[in-house]
Amino acid sequence: MLKMTRLEKVYRTHLIETHALRSIDIHVREGEFVAVTGPSGSGKTTFLNIAGLLETLTGGQYMLDGVDASKLDDNARSKLRNEKIGFIFQSFNLIPDLNIFDNIDVPLRYRRMSAAERKGRIDGALARVGLASRMKHYPSELSGGQQQRVAIARALAGSPRLLLADEPTGNLDSLMARGVMELLEEINRQGTTIIMVTHDPELAARAQRNIHIMDGQVTDLDEQPRLRSSTPMPDKNTHVA
Amino acid sequence: MFSYYFSLAVRSLKRNPVITALMVAAIALGIGATMTVFTVFHVMSGDPIPSKSSRLFVPQIDNWGPKSHRDGDNDPADQLTYTDATALMRAHQGVRQAAMYAAGFSLTPENKDIKPFFVEARATYGDFFPMFETPFLFGQGWSNTEDEAKAAVVVLSKKTNDKLFAGINSVGKSINLDGRDYRVIGVLDAWEPAPRFYDVTGKTFGDTEEVFIPFTHAIEQQIGSHGNNSCNDDPKAGWDNYLVSECVWIQFWIELPSAADATRYSAWLDNYAREQQRLGRFTWEPNNRVRDVQAWMVAEKVVPNDAKVSVLLAFSFLLVCLINTIGLMLAKFLGRSGEIGLRRALGANKAALFAQCIVESGVIGLAGGLIGVALTALGLVGIRGIFPEDVAHLAHLNVGLILLTVALAVVATVLAGLYPTFRAMQVQPAWQLKSN
Repeated sequence: MLKMTRLEKVYRTHLIETHALRSIDIHVREGEFVAVTGPSGSGKTTFLNIAGLLETLTGGQYMLDGVDASKLDDNARSKLRNEKIGFIFQSFNLIPDLNIFDNIDVPLRYRRMSAAERKGRIDGALARVGLASRMKHYPSELSGGQQQRVAIARALAGSPRLLLADEPTGNLDSLMARGVMELLEEINRQGTTIIMVTHDPELAARAQRNIHIMDGQVTDLDEQPRLRSSTPMPDKNTHVA
Repeated sequence: MFSYYFSLAVRSLKRNPVITALMVAAIALGIGATMTVFTVFHVMSGDPIPSKSSRLFVPQIDNWGPKSHRDGDNDPADQLTYTDATALMRAHQGVRQAAMYAAGFSLTPENKDIKPFFVEARATYGDFFPMFETPFLFGQGWSNTEDEAKAAVVVLSKKTNDKLFAGINSVGKSINLDGRDYRVIGVLDAWEPAPRFYDVTGKTFGDTEEVFIPFTHAIEQQIGSHGNNSCNDDPKAGWDNYLVSECVWIQFWIELPSAADATRYSAWLDNYAREQQRLGRFTWEPNNRVRDVQAWMVAEKVVPNDAKVSVLLAFSFLLVCLINTIGLMLAKFLGRSGEIGLRRALGANKAALFAQCIVESGVIGLAGGLIGVALTALGLVGIRGIFPEDVAHLAHLNVGLILLTVALAVVATVLAGLYPTFRAMQVQPAWQLKSN
């Protein structure tokens, strides 16, 4: 699904060069749930941004679902991002003056789908996250947990192959965090690959595999997936190599 | 996608009503001021007869010589003497030609209920009407036969016909001008070329004359000019002395088959001047001009410099308003970096966001343009105190001008929005999402 080979990211100013990622080799297989951990400033978010095609790499190669993303122009990356990747952010990133329906509609608009198809997908996504009755509500009318569910619905509506989550429970209390985590696990069980950046060792432990990044380098990597600590994973092992 | 971008734009504008109001007000004020002045300028500088303005020419003959030229201006007088005008008529070098001058009469209606009143008149040749494509409501103009016969015939303006005959067909009826009876042979429909190009030596804008009579008849009846009259010497007393004097008081227009024929006509005019040299009338080399309608309007300064300066100032004001709008849009667009970054993350490419921002600029321009139309209408009422009444009353909003006003507002605002949009495009989605 995602393969990074000797991937480098360097931020340059006229004074200094900052190596955010140094020769990273990561391979995430289809259907995996991978947690990326590491201290602040270690390069986790840079990794996630490059994985999500939000930033370009400085060196190395990045293959996403068989496509060499390192050679794509901005338009092609936008298209690939729109069709294959869903994002979940720590701060939800919902547009405050759009209602829930219209927020979920945003990525679908850029696919130029018919209104009927968009509506079908939005209804389906809202049903999956249990918020079908809230589609006319605005983000400010929902709790944090509900807002994150809307963000998940927005990511799911486009049927992405890869879901990238950046501290998805970071702004939630433990009860809401648990609900969001269970939802992500459910989504993963249904076949979507998930890469989640987190500080929380408890959440990381619930992933099938952990990648630890320190000073821009992968310092610890589970090569093989393992069973989740809290939830059994029927059938998943057949999907991963 | 346009309707989607349009709805997003409306939503975005509602989100910041104060900034939106400031932007729309800036555009509306700039557009209103600009279009008010431009409308007047447009009336003053418009082509009064676009269908043939490149084929209608005014000949100028230097009958006063170099001593009369001042301040390096080598241009001949802008009217002709009777001698030259009648010589040019006899030469018949064009498809049509007409000498003419302004006159005035006391008109005594047959209907005793209507009191006698003064009318402005034009003494001209029959070619005047087909040459200037004057519209006729009833009858027609007179022919060469009536010119030669010095016939007492008259063409009435629509306004005069309405006043005298309540708008009915008056062809065949008589009117009395300064004690002489004239038979009505035609009634013009509404005709108000702006500027009144055929004679800009007097009233440049405003109503055309109320009656038209044959030039030959007017000369025979010794009907004096009510228009501009310039002499470089005392013409001596008496009508006949006036006619042979070097006083210039006659306008002359000629219609040539094509614009290219002006060169041929100019050469003919030079030959005419040389002939006058041989006759001892001119003691200088030919110094003639042949100008088409538009060139004539420029030479006669139909659009005064004040009007040009006003247009420049108005457009400068619009520029200032647009610069303000650029600043406000910049603040607005960059204030939405988070949303722009999010949309990029969700799959919008730069072209899609460019379109979204430009549509939003266009909506601001549209709102500013619509209010600008109202301000222009108000402004046109207000300019009556600044511009002469005959110009001001011609300047009014029509559908074309309303569309132009709105289009100018939209285009100007979209152009003003390019820089803020460009800056918004530079937003790094990754950074914005993290900063949120």
